Order: sequence, then structure tokens, then C-alpha cells
Amino acid sequence: MSATETAIKTQIPTFVEATLDGRVPSGPVQTLWERTKFEMKLVNPTNRRRFKIIVVGSGLAGGAAAATLGEQGYAVECYAYQDSPRRAHSVAAQGGINAAKNYRNDGDSTYRLFYDTVKGGDFRAREANVYRLAEVSNSIIDQCVAQGVPFAREYGGMLDNRSFGGAQVARTFYARGQTGQQLLLGAYQALSRQIAAGTVQMFTRTEMLDLIVVDGRARGIVVRDMRTGEITPRMADVVVLATGGYSNAFYLSTNAKGCNSTAIWRAHKRGAYFANPCYTQIHPTCIPPVGEHQSKLTLMSESLRNDGRIWVPQQPGDHRPADQIPESERYYYLEEMYPSFGNLSPRDISSRAAKRMVDSGRGIGPLRNGVYLDFADSIHRLGERVIRERYGNLFNMYENITGENAYKTPMRIYPAPHYTMGGLWVDYYLMSNIPGLFVIGEANFSDHGANRLGASALMQGLADGYFVLPATLPSYLASTRLAKVDETADSVKEAVANVQGITQRLLHTRGTQSVDHYHRELGKLVWEYCGMSRTEAGLEKAIRLIPELEAEFWENVRVTGTANELNQELEKAGRLVDYFELGRLMCIDALNRNESCGGHFREEYQTSDGEALRDDGGYAYVGAWQYTGEGALPLLHKEPLHFETVKLATRSYK
Amino acid sequence: MRLKLKVWRQKNASSEGRLVDYNLEGVSEDSSFLEMLDLLNQQLIDRNEEPVHFDYDCREGICGMCGVMINGVAHGPKASVTTCQLHMREFKDGDSITVEPWRAQAFPVLKDLMVDRSAFDRIVQSGGYISVNTGQAPDANVIPVPKAQADQAMDAAACIGCGACVAACPNSSAMLFTSAKLAHLNSLPQGQAERFDRAVLMVHQMDAEGFGGCTNLGECEAVCPKEISLDFIAMMNRDLLRANFAGKGKR
Repeated sequence: MSATETAIKTQIPTFVEATLDGRVPSGPVQTLWERTKFEMKLVNPTNRRRFKIIVVGSGLAGGAAAATLGEQGYAVECYAYQDSPRRAHSVAAQGGINAAKNYRNDGDSTYRLFYDTVKGGDFRAREANVYRLAEVSNSIIDQCVAQGVPFAREYGGMLDNRSFGGAQVARTFYARGQTGQQLLLGAYQALSRQIAAGTVQMFTRTEMLDLIVVDGRARGIVVRDMRTGEITPRMADVVVLATGGYSNAFYLSTNAKGCNSTAIWRAHKRGAYFANPCYTQIHPTCIPPVGEHQSKLTLMSESLRNDGRIWVPQQPGDHRPADQIPESERYYYLEEMYPSFGNLSPRDISSRAAKRMVDSGRGIGPLRNGVYLDFADSIHRLGERVIRERYGNLFNMYENITGENAYKTPMRIYPAPHYTMGGLWVDYYLMSNIPGLFVIGEANFSDHGANRLGASALMQGLADGYFVLPATLPSYLASTRLAKVDETADSVKEAVANVQGITQRLLHTRGTQSVDHYHRELGKLVWEYCGMSRTEAGLEKAIRLIPELEAEFWENVRVTGTANELNQELEKAGRLVDYFELGRLMCIDALNRNESCGGHFREEYQTSDGEALRDDGGYAYVGAWQYTGEGALPLLHKEPLHFETVKLATRSYK
Repeated sequence: MRLKLKVWRQKNASSEGRLVDYNLEGVSEDSSFLEMLDLLNQQLIDRNEEPVHFDYDCREGICGMCGVMINGVAHGPKASVTTCQLHMREFKDGDSITVEPWRAQAFPVLKDLMVDRSAFDRIVQSGGYISVNTGQAPDANVIPVPKAQADQAMDAAACIGCGACVAACPNSSAMLFTSAKLAHLNSLPQGQAERFDRAVLMVHQMDAEGFGGCTNLGECEAVCPKEISLDFIAMMNRDLLRANFAGKGKR
């Protein structure tokens, strides 16, 4: 081991021993939320319009929150980097949304949804938050139907359900393969109604580039108008971040190209703790990459696993086309390894199994970088028409991208970065450690633990946006005396100057390599060392290499154009700056967590048959990191996790 | 493969634009149309020139952010796909390709291939919703919705708001977009209370934004990446007629 490596190892992590308090009210989880709702303070209807609330992001969480707070009568400003709130990346969710309606009478209940989610998250989520999520799940479906979301129906007119990974009941509501789009349009329409009513002011093509903290409280943001380059402070009484996840730290992911961590990362640099950054979800069913030109990866909905069977050739190195491999020489590895859940095993488990198959030389396709998802049996059993009805748009999309017809030949799939369970730390009330800064949806860390189950992201985004935040945020306003602040405050000027400084520095570097070049290089490092499986040596290496790449970026990046115009290169560069730092923190967190749990798999910690080996004694805590300055090592705060309702147990899907 | 590109370059909303020729080599036929433009931009940046600006986000055909005219056809030669889902295997080595922004008075060009489609948002704001506050909903299965009705609503709701229909129409009409939102909400029992007001208000806003009228050419349906049907325009016109007789839309 070299001298630098030893130094890093002895320095990481620097613990702060004081425990972090999630402010979960005491009492049994089953009645907690109902009681808390009553105990929280309210704001008188006539006073609400005097409070200014900034919501950053217009996806399921942000759009729903802005609309609902607008309905309640607050003065809301909502910001989106896209040209319309309807384009937030929630739009791309395909499969569905969970709820404990038990319309199928197959044994579902709030408790079972809660239990499945805690277990699916590998016992690394906060019980009280998860119970609340399960509890409000039914109201979400009611609300969306009332808005006109065209969920799939049975012939009798009742809502249809299907099953998803990690569950043995059919509790997933869906709208063809476009559930996210339809739920987002529901929220967008509710938001549009409030924009027309004047309660919400919408700012599109506007990006948040810093958080304004005055006297320890979040009091505004600094934004850049992406059309003109104008940088302005926007003041408020409360700031809500609903800006999604950070999968694009991997460069290639299923996220939209514009998805970025800038809002949460710059809030982190202003003091907000970043929790569990190493918990990232690698989704098992995506189209494998084909070459260097690849700009993103495309997900094929997990719902396909209801009717598709996953297999690879039994023999490593068997390169025959799929139709020439006889049944007896196929290895349906998920069905064999996890007989009770089979092809519907949770995402982390399915992804790792696919990696093991490819690593063992059984990979298929021209680059040997995939596994088969085969619909032949289902087509034989149900007919092509039924399969077309269920997944037609997905099969079309697959054909557009690959040029292959999945009705005739099996799909090729491989895991890809998809969702990040980590995010800014929030308490039970969804407020970060900076008073007045709330974080909702994928941007926070709260409900999914170390692994998210399918069809739970839409549920959490809407739970936070429609039901949780609109109940907790007013309590903060009602119980806090907020001093008047304006744009002349020193901290406002400092935040604006900070943003202008970053912009100028990027434009003045005048190097030779493009922003995309560096993003691709960063992505390779994060994927290689902090992807589907991680080792101590690899993480230490990445912690050294990422800052080196970052330093080279600042020496040699070429950002074309100027500050005061529409400049996509400048936008991308600003986001990449944050991904360097966040990528490093992901590795530090993964190195600190000497166990395997959910999406975090450390090769040193596995059972004899290759399953994740948790260490509940050492690591049943939320790891919340505090920023301490550029290049410095962050401080770790621990929030202990208590499992009082669900017993800690080894997760098994066998 | 090698391509001869003609790309619309325009510095900003107030400047004049023009078509600029580029020769592009080394394009993979597995790349998407936008990845082909990425490659062009990479080469422009290498030469220290400003890259071509174009809108994109999800790159999987659902966000509706991307869209350009490709040889005069909105979203290019392949039916039922967005620009991001069009792949270069649809073209041949040596092809000439002209790339332009959507052209419509109501969609002013911002820069190069990017346009301002906020007019669509304002049409939805004028009535494209069901007025229900969060928390007011009864149980989701209280009102059965016959499958055929739900399916029709879903067919209409599949619109991604990309604007290809407007770009393809010689009149720059937004009737396919507007009628799709109306058909989505007006096909459902939940949408009946505001049905006729909604039709009047949205059509009124559509006209105010400067979109043209429909002359039944069907270009919009032909380029729509989500195969939204012209029948919805007929449905809208029927509702509008009834609404006008009943004096609706005056709230």
C-alpha cells in the first residue's frame, strides 16, 4: 500500500459522536402520523398568502407540493430547469405505483406494504417514515383518480393491479407503460390550475445554483435564467428542494440528461447533511450499452418481469444465438436461486445476479454484456395480442433502440444506474438540519433504506408532495418567528457572488477538452469503483482518482460561449463540478460502511453463497455527512435506526 | 457513416438565422439522432466553435422536450417516434440531412434548434384540469370507469406536448394538442362537470396564442410520435358546438 493510500485510510472517517435526532415522535407507528397531524400547529387561512414558499423542481414531489400548498393559499414559487413543468423526469417512470388498497383481496394491508418496504430496504430505513408512506399510499390513488389519471381498468370498470419485485401481492396500479407520465400530468394539471389562480408563480428554464441561508435559516435561493444568463436571488420564508436524484454521477444512467445534483449539493455545501450517498440503485432491466457514442441508458420496465423469464446459457462462452440454445442448456438463474420470488426478486438481488452471470462468461449479445429476458413462454401461453396489450409501447421502444423484435427474439438486458436512495438528510417532518429547508421525493434519503422496491418511487414522491409536506411545512411556519430579510443582506450578496464566481471560473479556464469528456471519465470511475460491487482497495483508489480528475478538469476544460446567453455547455459544466465532489463522497460513504446492504455491496462482506452480509451491530444507522470545506474530509453524523415494529432479520427471497 | 448536414444556426431570438453546412464522419448507425448531433457538437467544440443548441432531456421518447424538423418532417422519417428515438440506421451513408427548428409564430426560436413552447402550458392553464383539491377525493373505486372509456382517455392522455403537430401543420394549428387534453378529461366521468367550459376556455386560449385553424389536412396525426388520433379534433368540435349553444365558458 502506498503512502497516500495509508493516509486516506487513517483519515476516513472522522466521526462526530453526538447522535443525530430524526425527531420521530414517540409511540406506536400505527397511530403516529394521525396523532402528529393533530399535534402540529396550523396557519390561519387568511395568513397563508403572506408566506412565500419556494419549491425547486416540478416532478411528482415538487409539482404535487407546489399545487397543494397553492391550494392551501400560500404564495408559492416553483422552479424547473425544463421548458415546462410537465417534463420533469418523473415522466419517464413506466411500471406503476404501489398502494395498500387490497382491491385484489390477496392479503395486502398497510402493515404488509410497510413490512415489505422495510425489508426491501434491507433494514436501513426509518420505520416511522415508512409506515406513514404505506398509510398515505391509498389516498394517493384516490387523489389521482379524482384528477383524471387514466389508470388501467378491468372490464367492470374497477382499477386493475399487477405485481412488482419484492412483493407477493398485486398492489401496483398502472397506466399502460406510462404510469409516471400520467401521474405527472395529474400533478402538472393541478399545478397549472394554481398557476392560473395566481397562487403559484412558475419559473421554467430556471436553475437553482445556490441556497441562501440567513441567521441559520434557509431564506431563499440564487437562480440563473437559462435563456438570458441572468443571476438573481429569490427570497422566501421556506425553501423546498424536490430536485430528484444523482444517478448521473455515473454519466450513463437511465436518468434524463438534465437531471442533476446541483441544488442538493450546493445546499449540502451550505450546511445540509448528505445521508447515505452510497445507497444507489442499479436497475436490473435496462438495454445494454452499445458503444462510445452512448449518451444514456434506457430502462425496460420491471413490470416486464411479470411475463418475461431471465436466462443465460448454462455454459460460459456459449455464443450461439438464443434460438439455437436448447431448453436444457439454459440457466434460468433467478428462478433457480430464488424460487419463491423468481424473476420478481428485488432489484438489488436481480442486478447482482446478472453481474455474476456476465462476469462468469455467460454474457450474451454482441458485446457479451447482457442477459436474456425472454417472452416466448408467455406469448405461447397468452398469445402475442395480450403481451402486446400489456407491453406494446415497451417492445416498440426496444425495437427503436436496438433494431430487434422482442416478440421474436428475447430482449437483451443489463443493470444500469437508475435511482438514488441516498439524498439530503431530513427528519420525520422532511426538514433538513438547516431550519426552513425541506427536502422531498428522491432528493431526500428517507424511505427506501438501502434498496428501493419497484413502484415505490412514485408512491414516495406523491406521498411527500400531496400529503406529508403540506401537513408538516405549515407547522414550521406557525411555530417560527421569521425575521424580515431582503436582498441587501450580506449572505445574499455572498451567495450571488459565489454563483458568479463559479461561472466566471468555468468560462475562463479555456482548456481543450469538452465537458462531456470529463463527465464520461468521471462516470467510468464511479461505475468501476462504486457501482454494483465495491471493495476497500477500489474505493480508496477512487477517492484518490476523482479529485485528480477534478483538478485536471479545472485546468483543461473548454466551456464555449459566454455567461449572458443561452449556453448549454455552461449548464453542463456547472452540474459536473458538483458531481465530482458528490462522486467522491459516495466513495467515502461506501468505504465507511463495512457491510453489504441493499444496493451497497462490499465484496469483503458476503455470505458463502454470495449474498449481502449486513452488520446490524455496527451499521444500523443513517450516515449523514457534513461538508467541511473544499477537499477536506467530511464529518459523519450517525442517526441510529431502531426496529421496534419489524424485527431485524436476514433478508431472504429464496 | 458519413453525412452532409445543413443545420439551422441562430444566435438568439432577435437575430437572423441561416442554414450552415457541416460534413460529419464516423457516425454509428446504432446512435440516436441526438447522439449524432452530440458527435457534431463534440467536433465543433474541438475546433473551438459554438456547439449547436437543441432541446433534449429524457432521451427515451417520453418527456417531449426534443424535436426538430428533419428534411422537412417533424421528428424525421420514421413514424411514431420522437427525435431522440430515431436512430441513424434509418439513414444511409452519404445522406444529406437538413435540420431545422419547429416553425410556428406561437413557438418563437430561442437559439439554433430550440423554441419556446410555453403557449402549450398556457392552454392547459386555461382549463386543462379537473378542479379537485388535494384531499377531497372519494375512494378510487367509487366511480367505475368502463374499460373502453378509460382506454380512450389514455389514448388521448399519451400526448407528450412536443409540438410536432404544430410544426407539421401548414396553418400552425394546435388543435391536435388541445383536443387530446380535452378528450382525455372529457372521456372520464370525473371530467364531466367542467366538460363544456373546458372546451370553450382552452380553444379560446389556443386562438389567443396565435395558433392557426384546422383544415383537416392530417399532417399532425402523421407526425405525432404518440399516434394521437384526428378523431379527438372532431370530438372537440362537437363539444365546442354544444358548449356555444349552451353559453358555456364564461367563468
